[in-house]
Amino acid sequence: MARSAGPVAALVVLALIAIPVGAVIRTAGGIAGLGAADWAALRFTVWQALVSAALSVGLAIPVARALARRRFRGRSALITLLGAPFVLPVIVAVMGLLAIFGRAGLVNTVLGGLGLPPVSIYGAHGVILAHVFFNLPLAVRMLLHGWLAIPAERFRVAAQLGQPVGRLLEWPMLRRAVPGAFAVIFLVCTTSFAVALILGGGPQATTLELAIYQAVRFEFDLRGAASLALVQLGVCAVALGALLLVDVPDALGAGLDRTVARWDGAVSRDAAMLAAAALFLALPMGAILLSGVPGLAQMPGSVLLAALRSLAVALLSTGLCMALALAIVTHGRGWSRAVAVVPLSVTALVLGTGLFIVVFPFVRPASVALPVTALMNALFALPFAVRILAAARDDAEAQFGRLADGLALRGWARMRVLILPRIRRPLGFAAGLAAALSMGDLGVITLFASGGQETLPLAMFRLMGAYQTEAASGAALLLVTLSLGLFWLFDRGGRIGAET
Amino acid sequence: MALKLESISIALGGFDLAADLSVETGRFVALLGPSGSGKTTALNAIAGFVPLSAGTLRWAGARIDDLPPAERPVAMLFQDNNLFPHLDVARNLALALTTRARASAEETRRVEDALARVGLGGMGRRMPGTLSGGQQSRAALARVLLQDKPVVLLDEPFAALGPGQRRDMMALCRDVLGGAGRTVLFVSHDPEDAAQADAICVVTEGQVSRPRPVAEVLDDPSGPLRAYLGK
Repeated sequence: MARSAGPVAALVVLALIAIPVGAVIRTAGGIAGLGAADWAALRFTVWQALVSAALSVGLAIPVARALARRRFRGRSALITLLGAPFVLPVIVAVMGLLAIFGRAGLVNTVLGGLGLPPVSIYGAHGVILAHVFFNLPLAVRMLLHGWLAIPAERFRVAAQLGQPVGRLLEWPMLRRAVPGAFAVIFLVCTTSFAVALILGGGPQATTLELAIYQAVRFEFDLRGAASLALVQLGVCAVALGALLLVDVPDALGAGLDRTVARWDGAVSRDAAMLAAAALFLALPMGAILLSGVPGLAQMPGSVLLAALRSLAVALLSTGLCMALALAIVTHGRGWSRAVAVVPLSVTALVLGTGLFIVVFPFVRPASVALPVTALMNALFALPFAVRILAAARDDAEAQFGRLADGLALRGWARMRVLILPRIRRPLGFAAGLAAALSMGDLGVITLFASGGQETLPLAMFRLMGAYQTEAASGAALLLVTLSLGLFWLFDRGGRIGAET
Repeated sequence: MALKLESISIALGGFDLAADLSVETGRFVALLGPSGSGKTTALNAIAGFVPLSAGTLRWAGARIDDLPPAERPVAMLFQDNNLFPHLDVARNLALALTTRARASAEETRRVEDALARVGLGGMGRRMPGTLSGGQQSRAALARVLLQDKPVVLLDEPFAALGPGQRRDMMALCRDVLGGAGRTVLFVSHDPEDAAQADAICVVTEGQVSRPRPVAEVLDDPSGPLRAYLGK
């Protein structure tokens, strides 16, 4: 691989962001034209993100503490369950939530049995519920890292001195970790689209992302969409700026399977917290499985074609993402790695709007729906891939770099002998993550696709919109199987024969 | 008064350790043995961090193995992380005296006295990260003095120090702990450190021996210890 590969890859990434963002800025011509509904969308975006982040982190604290100090049968399974929302397609999870909290769901069945009025999952509280479903596990994993980073000896010293562990050890750790976890989840929730698309809408629960989608798809108001995209860019910039001011705990790393011996806390309270969290996560996932099996037979043939398209898009975007990530990680300088984080500062709908504006004068947007989706999916998986691979590559260089220098291993030889064998495992994991994220994506495709270019998540969304619930359940099961299957295949592939 | 380990056994993840011994008050006793032999496990059991699977632990005749760590007459120093990095040295020491966020004037005076006794007078406002390894060890030792427990367990807290500093710290321990009549058990895998003790308990093959005279153990080691010492 040429030495220029890293900078070239970084420039490609910059161009893929700068061109559509430039188109958005040029088309918008400022934010003066925004109406009351648009400002309401901004207020709702920020408000729901603040509430979702506060609830996710607040609920994660007792769950992470219980996980940190209790060893029990099924602990590893629960930690795996906490990782599931990372690779679970958003639309599938929302379908699962509908099965539990929807009009005919488990909760309303129980309420009806007790003679109580039903609750509706649609609206602001539904958006927040779904965001907590996705981000509670993320927050638990980030905080759990904080807890497990406290050396065991310090708990012993505290126990020996009869000092309260909460004030002495946990509060200082939480003071560092909570702002980072909160900022990450706030950013995730301000950029979330699929949740608002399905559960939000109307004057009370429209996010900026949803407003952009409506402006493009329903009103074909590209100028209005660009203005909204500009505001969304501002929100992302503020959220990302906040993120840069705090320590961001790790959520992807391994090593969460150990516990630290403790001499405090009530077992029953910890057990209740863990059981509640496990039920909250497992029930919707279980519902997908239960309702999906009979739904498989109800799926129209077009769903299978959509699945094939999704697979092709996922494989293409994974290949692109890994090529860019490897080039940046192995041959990039500091600025190249910094560029890899830039996709976090934009959203799928912002870039999608920009690309729509760019391609519209030349080609029919629907004709480039799939390649554009693959490109965007690669771009949005890049920050995670680079973060995962950079740590492994730097570790390999730190341990064996001098040995490789001594043996005059350079270029491809160094890659083949040192880097690739050492990063094989994280490479498999990163590729699995990129493939699963792409497989479940319901973002840019909604702006570009018309009939005949649907991916599986879009086909499923349209089945839900047409009230073909059984067929949609079958599609959800197919989608989750393919997403997890791709993740497993890549992750497993990375582990086979990997250097330890 | 004595610390008695009456036919105790500890089962820990497939590793078994047994001990039946008594250490008289005021003694300075080394636990000598190779890595992984169970020296730290023995100290952890005495401090209450590892449960006994059988036997009884007594101090001055009273049973202590059913007490939580804070209520045992035991203070322990670990290999690492003896000080909380986010608290200054004085606050770290004050934890031995109070659970309140602020120490009283009397407690502050006692903290300053303890720091002076270990040669860290005037360093209470320093953060642990700004101290050298030797100074951190001294600060942790000062807190043990403030805990004022009759039994002190040292799990190689000076292992990261150079030979000279380690000798100084052992001498300081003898001075400030032994002088106050405390019973000290310290872990070592270095015969030179163990030679400074009053007696040695040999820990090999899951068994802690009774305290024996230093010369007897080091000059004429037997069984696995002979191989370990290379004699």
